[in-house]
This record gives sequence, C-alpha cells and structure tokens, in this order.
Amino acid sequence: MPRLEELQDLTTQVRRDILRMVHKVNSGHPGGSLGCAEFFVALYNELMELNEGFDMDGKGEDLFFLSNGHISPVYYSVLARSGYFPVDELNTFRLINSRLQGHPTTHEGLPGIRIASGSLGQGMSVAIGAALAKKLNKDSNLVYSLHGDGELQEGQNWEAMMYASANKVDNLISTIDLNGQQIDGSTDTVLAMGSIKGKFEAFGWDVLDIKEGNNLEAVIAGLKKAKTMTGKGKPVCVLLHTVMGNGVDFMMHTHAWHGKAPNDEQLEIALAQNPETLGDY
Amino acid sequence: MKKYIDQGKNDTRSGFGAGLTELGRTNPNVVALCADLIGSLKMDQFIEENPERFFQIGIAEANMMCIAAGLTIGGKIPFTGTFANFSTGRVYDQIRQSIAYSGKNVKICASHAGVTLGEDGATHQILEDIGLMKMLPGMVVINPCDYNQTKAATIAIADYDGPVYLRFGRPKVANFTPADQKFEIGKAVHLTEGTDVTIVATGHLVWEALIAAENLESQGISAEVINIHTIKPLDANAIINSVKKTGCIVTAEEHNVLGGLGESVARVLATSQPTPQEFIGTNDTFGESGTPAQLMEKYGLDNKAIEKAVIKVIERK
Repeated sequence: MPRLEELQDLTTQVRRDILRMVHKVNSGHPGGSLGCAEFFVALYNELMELNEGFDMDGKGEDLFFLSNGHISPVYYSVLARSGYFPVDELNTFRLINSRLQGHPTTHEGLPGIRIASGSLGQGMSVAIGAALAKKLNKDSNLVYSLHGDGELQEGQNWEAMMYASANKVDNLISTIDLNGQQIDGSTDTVLAMGSIKGKFEAFGWDVLDIKEGNNLEAVIAGLKKAKTMTGKGKPVCVLLHTVMGNGVDFMMHTHAWHGKAPNDEQLEIALAQNPETLGDY
Repeated sequence: MKKYIDQGKNDTRSGFGAGLTELGRTNPNVVALCADLIGSLKMDQFIEENPERFFQIGIAEANMMCIAAGLTIGGKIPFTGTFANFSTGRVYDQIRQSIAYSGKNVKICASHAGVTLGEDGATHQILEDIGLMKMLPGMVVINPCDYNQTKAATIAIADYDGPVYLRFGRPKVANFTPADQKFEIGKAVHLTEGTDVTIVATGHLVWEALIAAENLESQGISAEVINIHTIKPLDANAIINSVKKTGCIVTAEEHNVLGGLGESVARVLATSQPTPQEFIGTNDTFGESGTPAQLMEKYGLDNKAIEKAVIKVIERK
C-alpha cells in the first residue's frame, strides 16, 4: 500500500478513536481534535525525528508541545498509535486513575507528554524554553508546537512571539490551528483578531500558510516546507487552515462540537462516515 | 543564652547573587532568567561570567516562568529572578500548570518580599506569596534569614530536583549566620536553647526574634529561638519537641498571618501537640510607603512586637 494511503487510513482510524473516546465518557473536545487529525498524523509519521522510547529530556530528537491541551483525544490517539503506550489504554480516557487525563499532563507519567497544558497561552513559551535548551546543548533537532487560534487571545502568546523573534529562536515551528471557532462562537464574533498572519509577520516571524489543513498531502508538504525555513534567524509560524469537526458532516463548520460528545445515535452516524481501517482499540 | 554577632549588615538579595555566581562556576546546567531587574536581583556577576547561560526576558514574567519550565526539558536548572510580587501572584497559573503540576525543576527566586522593600509601597510589597506558594503541591518554600544563609540556600537548591520558591528581600539586615554553613532544606536551625517559650521565626524576623530573646532574658524569660528557613516541608519534629519543653509558641514572619508560616505551625500543633500560640505577621492588610524600620514598627513586625507576644502567650499557658 502506498505510504500516503497508509497515513490516510491512520487518519481515519484516529478520527474513530477521537469519537469513541469522547462518546464513552460523554465529555471531551471532539471538534478541534478532528480538525487536527491530519496535522498530528503528518507530524508524528512524516516530520519529527524521534528516538526509540521516551525520556523527558528528549535530547537528539524533535520535540512537540501541545498548547491547546483540550484537544487531548487526537494527541492521545496518535501517541498510542505511534507506540508511546498501548492503544488499549485509550479506553481509560478521562476515567478515574487513568494516565489519560482530560487535559495532557506529565503528572501521571504518560509517555510522550512533556508538559501539562489546558490553561491556555503557555505552550509557546514552554516550546521556546525547550528550543533554547536545545541550542545550549548544541542539539540540532527542532521543537514543534500547536496552538488554537482562539488561544491567541491570551496575552502571554504575544510576549512569547516578541521574545522568539528578538532572540532568533529559529529552531521552533509553531503551528496555529486556524479553524475560526472557539467555545462561544466564531473567533470573529467573540474577539476579532484581524490578520493573524500580519500580526506574526509584524512580530518578526516567518509565516507559512497551509491552506488545506485537512488535506494530508498538503499538510505533509507544508510542514516539510516549514522545516526548510528553520535555522535562518527567525522563528517559523505555520497557519494551518482547518475545519473544526472535520470528517463528520454534522460537526463541521460550527463551534457546537468544540466541547460536546456525540450521543449513541450521533456516534453511529459519525463512525459510519469513518469506517474502521487499522482496527478499533 | 547563646549570642549572635552581626558580621556587617548586608542584603539577602546579594546573598542570592553571590550564590548564583558560585553556581555559575560549579554547575554547568544552571541557567538564569530575569524580567528586567538584573541590578535589583544582583545577577550581574553571573551574567558577566556566563552570558550564554543568561536569558533577559524583558518585562514579561508569564513568558519567563514558562520558558524556564521549557528549559528544564533538556536538563537545564533554571533560576528565575524578579520581585516576589511578580514571581508569584502575577504568574500563579503559569507556575501552577507549567512548573508545579508538571513537576519541573525550576527555582523561582524572589526578591523584595514583604514590607521591607519600603518606599515603593503596597503594589510591590507582597505579603501573600508564602501562602500562594505553599499551597501548590510539590512546591518547596524557603525564606532564609540573612546574607550568608541566602547564599547557602541558593547553592543548595540547585542540588534538589524539583520546583522551589526562594524568598528574600531588599534591605541590608544583620548577617549573623556562619559563612560556611551547610544549608539543609526542611531542617530547622536551633539558635538559642530556652525553657519558657518557643519563638519560631523566618526571614528577616529571625534577627528580630534574637533581639527579643535577649531583651526577654533580662526580664528572666528563657526563649528558645528556632530559625525556620524552610516553610515547606516544615520541620514539624523540631517544633513539637521544642513546645513539649516550653509549652507555648510565638511565630514570626514578614507575611500575612493568613496563609503564612504561623498557620503551618498551628496545623502541626493542633494535630500533634495543642499549644497556645501567638502570631507575629501582618494582619490581613496591605502595606504602604515608608522606611523598612518604620514599616516593621507600624505593622508589628519588630522585636518589640515579638516581646509583647511572648509575654501574652506565656500568660495563656
């Protein structure tokens, strides 16, 4: 089977994992998770240089930080299916005594996670710190991070953006999930941010658009392009244009499924649109 | 009673600066961050000797705390430096999620704590920071008493793997502990032996407690003074064993009585050894502008206030 087709199958399976995880506990955030399935699959399978196993320091490998921690379902699914922990453990999402907390954490020792996130706006600073440590360690690997677009309303991001360009943190690729939705509505109605691209550029970042953020081929190509932009004295921003709820027709193009789980009937319809590929957990 | 001699007044923040300089020479993993207060935190020498290991963050404390958390990933030991107010209240959520909950090896070094920063007034005089920090699971809270002890504490916390809040201050105060002391996190230091009352003090108030003990001795009252430089984890045994002998206790801190050392001591005693206790601290109030000495007197934080509290608590036995 061609590589792209394999990864398409993986993406579909990840979407099934997301839907089944949030349905089981009747909570969690399917919308943003579904919209970022292609990004996570591309990142962990085609972009990141990763060591065998997991250790916190991550020397000699690429690192990833999820700032918008509420899309933990997609993160957990891709980590499990990349071998960081047993796929069966996805069954424990949000249950008591689980390593798969509602929002990602290092506290329970889940392999693959290097910082807690959930309270928004902190991940870019963390990623900068890790990127600075890599430079001190003369480690040429990269640091990736992902942020929601609504999350940019948190002021700390702008402190981080200012710092990263002023200090030439050019081993960092921060991706913004540009789905235009947040809990209370569209980002334009909640707090219009104008041109996010213009703002990043004004803050001294190199910016790359991935217009088709739910086209796996386009995401892989875009991220590979972003990788070539590192090491040139500027931090790199990827604007990933996605559709919240992608892959499930009734969840798409609305903020309604940001933090709401499907009921039994809705799950059945959603899964029918994403037939099993690699096997359910 | 054992006497202590002031070896020459100095500020605890300079003790921090000296400790950091020594760490720069001895521990290659130590890095430092500052939010536009290099001079106030006495970080100049470290920066001069290790420019590549210093990060000037600018006036952006939230960013600083999370960059510090990120630097630990890769084995660095970050020391952040800014005023206590901006090290805690301003960035509580960043510390809570990215440092404490994430279990990161960040040393939060906080100067200008309490009213003794003086003339800048209440906006800068945090009196709630010990409470904020001790409530965070896993956070170690240290408030050394003088220059020598602050230097020793700064060096010691680099060897401890986990988040630490190190609190110190602006004014020049008596420097009376040994220059060659070994600083043990969580281990109380007995300064004087006594039989009538236990005085447990932290930070700048340890010296005030010693003066009070000397004055009390001339009135025939024997005070046991204990320096609690580590508020969390608290040396409960040292406190319990002392009050078993003295039967009463005064706690003294440059901090709100709500949430400070006194309450931690009260919890230990209530559950193990119920004992009459008086609290020296600010009484649910903000500070104001003034000289450190004026403020210590006005807010009941000096040796005279401790003396009065001792007499009161002995009557309650």
